[in-house]
Amino acid sequence: MDMNQYLDIFVEESREHLQSLNSSLLELEKDPSDKGVLNEIFRVAHTLKGMSGTMGFNRMQRLTHHMEDVLDALRNDRISADSDIVDILFKCLDALENYVNTIVSTGDEGNNEYKEIVDALADILKKGGIPSKAAKTSAKKTREKPAKEKESEKVAEKAEETAGSERELVEFNEYDLNIIKKAFEAEMNVFQIHVEFDKGCLLKSARAFIVFQVLEKNSDIIKSVPSVQDIEDEKFDFEFTVVVITSNDKELFEKEIDSVAEVVGVHVTPITPEMLGISDEELQVKDGKMDGQAVSDAEDGSAQAMQDQSKKAHRTGKTVRVDIDRLDVLMNLVSELIIIKNGLENQINAKDYSAWTESIEYLERVTTNLHDAVMKVRMVPVEAVFNRFPRMIRDISRELGKDIELKMSGVDTELDRTVIDEIGDPLIHILRNSADHGIETREERIKLNKPHIGSIYLRAYQDGNNVVIEVEDDGRGIDIGKIRNKIIEKGLESPDIVNTLSEKEVIDYLFRPNFSTADKITDLSGRGVGLDVVKTKIEALGGTVEVESRFGSGSKFIIRLPLTLAIIQALLVRIGSEKYALPLSSIREIDNIKFEDVKMVRNREVIILRDMVIPLVRLNEALDVKDAIPDEKKKHLTVVIVKKGDKLTAFSVDSLIGQQEIVIKSLGRIMQGVKYIAGATILGDGNVALIVDNNSLAL
Amino acid sequence: MAKQVSVRDNKQYVVFQIADQEFGVDIHKVSIIEKYMNITRVPSTPDYIRGVVNLRGEIIPVMDLRTKFGLPLREADDDTRIIMLKLNDITLGVIVDSVAEVVGFAEEEMESVTSITNDRTLDYVVGIGKVDNRLITVLNIEKLITELTEREQGV
Repeated sequence: MDMNQYLDIFVEESREHLQSLNSSLLELEKDPSDKGVLNEIFRVAHTLKGMSGTMGFNRMQRLTHHMEDVLDALRNDRISADSDIVDILFKCLDALENYVNTIVSTGDEGNNEYKEIVDALADILKKGGIPSKAAKTSAKKTREKPAKEKESEKVAEKAEETAGSERELVEFNEYDLNIIKKAFEAEMNVFQIHVEFDKGCLLKSARAFIVFQVLEKNSDIIKSVPSVQDIEDEKFDFEFTVVVITSNDKELFEKEIDSVAEVVGVHVTPITPEMLGISDEELQVKDGKMDGQAVSDAEDGSAQAMQDQSKKAHRTGKTVRVDIDRLDVLMNLVSELIIIKNGLENQINAKDYSAWTESIEYLERVTTNLHDAVMKVRMVPVEAVFNRFPRMIRDISRELGKDIELKMSGVDTELDRTVIDEIGDPLIHILRNSADHGIETREERIKLNKPHIGSIYLRAYQDGNNVVIEVEDDGRGIDIGKIRNKIIEKGLESPDIVNTLSEKEVIDYLFRPNFSTADKITDLSGRGVGLDVVKTKIEALGGTVEVESRFGSGSKFIIRLPLTLAIIQALLVRIGSEKYALPLSSIREIDNIKFEDVKMVRNREVIILRDMVIPLVRLNEALDVKDAIPDEKKKHLTVVIVKKGDKLTAFSVDSLIGQQEIVIKSLGRIMQGVKYIAGATILGDGNVALIVDNNSLAL
Repeated sequence: MAKQVSVRDNKQYVVFQIADQEFGVDIHKVSIIEKYMNITRVPSTPDYIRGVVNLRGEIIPVMDLRTKFGLPLREADDDTRIIMLKLNDITLGVIVDSVAEVVGFAEEEMESVTSITNDRTLDYVVGIGKVDNRLITVLNIEKLITELTEREQGV
């Protein structure tokens, strides 16, 4: 039985439990007397302990075990929760997350014992005058049983005393009997071992696996009821019986198996020749060792599958949990595709071309729906990223000694999995910024007549084909005047120009890399440190960031992200003999401009459109197209006006082909990162067209 | 044509021509050989990268070995082929004048090149195989491909 097959489940479930632990701890911090939350935390810790133990992650198990002790004391009112205890519990949570992360990347829990956390947990119990049973037990063994289990164990032991010998023997076939007989002849012990697991045991087959390992170390397993295969497939009720041949004694098995976590009962019944109705005469006791042939034969049959446990590093893949309804929708659509295919085949055979148009329309409807359905499968609620933020804000606010409350809304807004994976870091950055530099200290806030608890709002909502994520704080906002001074100070622009810049243009400087890194002091309420990274990341995802700020009353970061990255609406254009696709989402308008409206301003070409001055980018030059049509041969200049943030840029093209839904394909490892190109798509004629990266081309 | 496809220890090579010279690539690194097809130019790439093609829904970069080796360009014709080379998970197409055959020769039969030639191809040559008085220059695919990926990563 391969443990690795459980690893994915383990990681997935651990993550879920850790997440619920996280939110429960936050609740506990708000109301330390809430018994319901305490019980929930205890339950989670207990489950995690069981799971990690099952998987053989002893360090993780030990840590959760120590946690459990403290939690148990808490819920029995032997000690009361204070912020220190909650802090330590949070540290435990971090440690557990580290364990899980290490397991994901290496397949093993690593060597970190988190001794300081274990010690701190022990200290809590010591202060409360409670002897740490964990400390004692962990010294000799990494296992323990909570009180409840202990009791059941006692009951089981009693039961064993009275009923032990009466326990029914498993049925042996002739072959088994033969082996047993040989074992008797070799003067080996034959035991029937009955193992019972705790009813709350998770991954019981993995537990059984560990028991089998213990058994195989000390004996040869000749029979198992239910069969090894069934046990592997979890087709058994919390108990199973095996028959082993061994030279070891009964006590050894009792002790070793009992030490496997979540085993609540072990009954070792010696099997004697009389019990099987084998007479002494039948046994020809040989001197010396038995040849062992029969035994190893039997072993091959029953225990083979359990032996090959591969220890090689295991990496868990990226997974998405999908609602079964969504899969059903997909399934239905695929069956419709088949129907269309069959219909078309019939029409071709019958040479009935008139029905083709209809079929193709039908096909189009289905593919559109299929696209939607596949996209939905890839969608994950933003909650997956948001759920770590309450904890983060809590930590920051404690660190900074500020009172900050994070208010989240729209956590069930869905985004493509790839976007979700990437959006975490930029959001952390913005949130940190708001907490660190936006929100004032309590004293300041009181002085300013603001509510003494600062608020950060994190909102997500869908807006057309975009998902908008807003981070708003009611802190001090951005001091535009100071940024203006900074721009002048750094010599980025002359004072005359700086004073003509709009507020938005001034704020944009915060996103410039040189603006932030050169000077890290928090004069400008710190905003700017690393904001360029945020911007780059979000733009790489095809999104935009904007900032709105009112000095003195807070600021708001607005992130717009595309719903999906794989299929987009695009405008196909021709430049020379080449075709390019421009993502439609950022296109504002398309115009034919007279050449006299193309002017030079500060050595750059611009176009004048309805009194607006818009910088012009000649795509044929940017994309190095050799055979573009020269201006002289054109009556007017066709421009596609693209919006980036709130700035417009005009791209010149030779002609327009039309709007089309395109599938974005990656250019692959060799070509990735080519300037001005975001990807490629395959056109209806099978040729490849490149997708222009509006963002990097726009000025 | 192929006389030499024999004997055990022989490694097999796909032999192709560029400017009257015969080259070979390890057959295990060839995923498929395609006729010349439309290539879409990709801006700001080195001149020997001709662009990308659509290989059954996958976008594959294509390199012109003539340009890479400093030889004059040649119009594509009926003999022109694109050999799709595959190394790990990267596929690269290379344009060649024509593809001749598959030949086999043992690695020991291959001569090292340091002493023989001194041109731009040298860096990409594993050795020269001799088959019936023909000289087949065996190319180093790893080098061709890793060089491209490293270039993009700015190494």
